[in-house]
Amino acid sequence: MTIVVGYVPTPEGEAALTQAVAEARKSNTTLLVINSSKGDALVDNRYAQEPEIQSIEDRLATQGIDHVIKQPVRGHDAAAEVLDAAEEHNAELIVIGLRRRTPVGKLIMGSTSQRILLEADCPVLAVKAGTAG
Amino acid sequence: MDVFSSLMDGFATALTPMNLLYAVIGVILGSAVGVLPGLGPAMTIALLLPVTYVLEPTSAFIMFAGIYYGGMYGGSTTSILLNTPGESSSVVTAIEGNKMAKAGRAAQALATAAIGSFVAGTIGTALLAVFAPIVVEFAVSLGSPSYFAIMVLALLAVTAVLGSSRLRGFASLGLGLAIGLVGMDSVTGQRRLTFGQPLLADGLDIVVVAVAIFAVGEALWVAAHMRRTPLHVIPVGRPWMGKQDWKRSWKPWLRGTAFGFPFGALPAGGAEIPTFLSYVTEKRLSKHPEEFGKGAIEGVAGPEAANNAAAAGTMTPLLALGLPTNATAAVMLAAFVQFGIQPGPLLFANEGPLVWALIASLFIGNFLLLLINLPLAPMWAKILQLPRPYLYAGILFFATLGAYSVNLQAFDLILLLVLGALGFMMRRFGLPVLPLILGVILGPRIEGQLRKSLQLSAGDPAGLLSEPIAVGIYVILAIILAFPLLLKLWRRNRPAALQAGVPATRSGESEPTDASGSTSHGSHRATTGGDGDG
Repeated sequence: MTIVVGYVPTPEGEAALTQAVAEARKSNTTLLVINSSKGDALVDNRYAQEPEIQSIEDRLATQGIDHVIKQPVRGHDAAAEVLDAAEEHNAELIVIGLRRRTPVGKLIMGSTSQRILLEADCPVLAVKAGTAG
Repeated sequence: MDVFSSLMDGFATALTPMNLLYAVIGVILGSAVGVLPGLGPAMTIALLLPVTYVLEPTSAFIMFAGIYYGGMYGGSTTSILLNTPGESSSVVTAIEGNKMAKAGRAAQALATAAIGSFVAGTIGTALLAVFAPIVVEFAVSLGSPSYFAIMVLALLAVTAVLGSSRLRGFASLGLGLAIGLVGMDSVTGQRRLTFGQPLLADGLDIVVVAVAIFAVGEALWVAAHMRRTPLHVIPVGRPWMGKQDWKRSWKPWLRGTAFGFPFGALPAGGAEIPTFLSYVTEKRLSKHPEEFGKGAIEGVAGPEAANNAAAAGTMTPLLALGLPTNATAAVMLAAFVQFGIQPGPLLFANEGPLVWALIASLFIGNFLLLLINLPLAPMWAKILQLPRPYLYAGILFFATLGAYSVNLQAFDLILLLVLGALGFMMRRFGLPVLPLILGVILGPRIEGQLRKSLQLSAGDPAGLLSEPIAVGIYVILAIILAFPLLLKLWRRNRPAALQAGVPATRSGESEPTDASGSTSHGSHRATTGGDGDG
């Protein structure tokens, strides 16, 4: 059993990661960090670069959490990558970060988190930036 | 005083509100395509050619000039912030510029690039205004044999000097000349390379060829290499420079200009060699040599000035002789023909107002670019976040529309696809695109001069050597072509001198290639150089 966390280098992503670490420690399971990009633009600020990944790696290692970090670039959107990983590893929990948006904004933009919430087969824990402990 | 008053008339034309608007559109478009690696001013002008038929030629060329200069500016932004050269001429800028950005001096790097480009572009354009009429005076005295020789020199020199492999260069040139031959023989009316297809009798339209090779070929190439690890742009605020930066930049700007203009004006020009020479010179002359490799401002200021001065230099042979030396100039030459304007030494006499308005618009474009680029640099970097499927879908749409609208023939769309596939294969096998485009555009003009010379001498090949200038050019040509061979012999005879000799003589072509090869986009960028330097 594993916990899957969808990570992006933003406050929401950090909140999700922090929460996921707490959950993984509680249930003593493997933490799978997913940070993906469709890879169709030259620049994607939601794709973590080498130093950021390294710092997460160090952080998880010092906290003694069994972890895997994956950065798939396969042309799928982030929701598909997280759902794939959850299914493949038979996840017990998915942790994601939510952005604050108005209902209208949600209607127009759609969202990665919405798709994960609707399609996941396991419980999903949604965290907002600045609220996670 | 004649030049000055003509230029003032040019300013009067270029500063009318409509023309000013086209200049603004041009520089914005140019900066955008310059920022995006793989897209260049040559492709943009080719795509816009059919759309601009409805415009006054003057307005269209003012816009093209803006795109050309804008592309030169835009390339440096990507080089500095992303370490991926947006243009082949900004490969050298990436070496120091990206290091500066990583050290937190992105704002200064962008500022010295933008202001240096402005200084060099303005001086270069002034030199163009002074020298072009002189070149014209000299050029009208030349006969067909000399023209033929100059064009052959331009074709072979560009092919031999640029790019990493001469064989690939000449293969590409051969393809271009073959495409240029398709159609009716202008003297005898025989059909050549038409394969019995009557629609080919008029030859291939240059717009279709250019759009297919630049736009469709590039789109297919990107589609084949779609997914790649995304990068982060180094965040930057508004570019600015401190007093120390000004002090260290102004000399490299002027030296870069001195390198750039003559190289741009020579038939074997292009912006790669002068940018590299400028970099090497600055490294040698710098008071802070220890900073080179770690982000020295001189290493950004010099090459950026050089590439903009080269851009101005390139306009000299284009306007004075009708001789393009890079891809953008080649497409602009095609544009002259499309608008029914005869390029060549008589251009200044026949189309004086247009030419001077064009030169004036280069000054204006330069100034606009400085105004636009200093505050908007962070915005240009955002363009890089655009998902490429959307971008290339738009380009393919315009490519198809453009190719169809030239003759309103569905057959041209088939040609577009076939030549687009050719463009893709050329990128796949590392053939440079520039020689092909020059071959297609200059081929028929060269043939015209050759036929004229031979007709004058009643078919005697000795007629080609009847003018002293032609003979001189053939000698230069022989030296250029034999040089690598001699170098090899010399190296074999003196193996001890190998270490010293090689970097000094060959570095001009090999180093920039290495620099771009080390970026994530792979080495094909260096060989497609043509669509960039223009």
